[in-house]
Amino acid sequence: MGLISNGTTLLDAGALDGGVATGAMTLLSTSTASSSANLTFASGINSTYKEYVFKFIDIHPQTNGKHFQVNFRDGSSAYDATKTTLMFYSYHDEGDGTPALAFVNSDVVAQSTDAGRINTGQGSDNDESCAGTLHLYNPSSTTFVKHFHSNIAYTDSSGTPNSINVFVSGYCNVSAAIDGVQFSFNSGNIDSGTIKMYGIK
Amino acid sequence: MAVISNGTTLADAGAMSGLGSLTLIKTITVSSGTSTVSFVDGTSSVVLDNTYPIYKFEFINIHASNNTTHFSFQANVAGGSGFNETITSTYFRAFHGENGTDNGLGYDGNRDLGQATGFQELISGIGNDTDGNGNGELFLFNPSSTTFVTHFMATTVTSYADEAARRMHVAGYINTTAAIDEIQFKQSAGNIDSGIIKLYGIKDS
Repeated sequence: MGLISNGTTLLDAGALDGGVATGAMTLLSTSTASSSANLTFASGINSTYKEYVFKFIDIHPQTNGKHFQVNFRDGSSAYDATKTTLMFYSYHDEGDGTPALAFVNSDVVAQSTDAGRINTGQGSDNDESCAGTLHLYNPSSTTFVKHFHSNIAYTDSSGTPNSINVFVSGYCNVSAAIDGVQFSFNSGNIDSGTIKMYGIK
Repeated sequence: MAVISNGTTLADAGAMSGLGSLTLIKTITVSSGTSTVSFVDGTSSVVLDNTYPIYKFEFINIHASNNTTHFSFQANVAGGSGFNETITSTYFRAFHGENGTDNGLGYDGNRDLGQATGFQELISGIGNDTDGNGNGELFLFNPSSTTFVTHFMATTVTSYADEAARRMHVAGYINTTAAIDEIQFKQSAGNIDSGIIKLYGIKDS
């Protein structure tokens, strides 16, 4: 049965009509941690979308002071795409100490297959977590390097915790398509938290 | 005929609602050398008026013909001529080289505009190596306002010409109370060799 409104076909044969304007942001997958070594998106990353967005919601680490990180799969089963990244952050502690904006040279990678940090020194108190977004552009390209950028807000592991707003960008310096993305901490598990992957039309 | 379920109108007057707040309006794909890419309200299915309070442009794999040139934008007011509106902006960037040593974070006073009518850099120094490209997004806030200046914010990334990851944050305002209904993109020199630019509208209800 079709659904026609004001002369326009909206639904027919079990699907939206192609002429109906739909939302451009589609939830593709949700992964929820429960003392997980990593949260991995091993499928659904292909040429369907030119941009993929990952949303981090209340990512809580098992171990204090560790770094939330990302790696990419570029043709094999391993998450080890060569990448160069940058990181900078602004911070301000709960004691109203001197805030700052700084490049974080200790937490970047250069032409490395290691995971790239997307925050640094996250706190693991019961109420501490991180939240944010990572964008990945045209991962299926076999011509261009694959750019990504992230922005995460979190509480660090300092005795007087800092509110940190951290920015990371970089690229997988490979021409092979990226078809998987993996998030983890550099040590210990992801105790809890949710990551959602969206495709942008 | 309207379709109403549990008190919510799902379809009426030939349109459906509740299908997402981010609406793809227009995609322009550049596949050969192009000097400018323009989004003009009312032309080629482009909507850039009071339909949406926020517009978002996405840049995907912008590849330049000339090395170390800058992907830039300007605006034109409704009924105006030329992409030459007055802009005041800020620009800061971070970078980190593939050599692992070059890095920095700072304001770049050579790439902002102060009541100037030139094109605003969004992605600086795109490398024209075969795999070099730039990506990012530009938000344009309430361009149809005839009361307020029109603000914009951009975050972009590129593999800079000297082989470095580079991230740019650009924000500012088009200092006019006339409505903005045309946006143009181009490289500071040479052509956009290839790339995709998408225009989205973000609903307010």
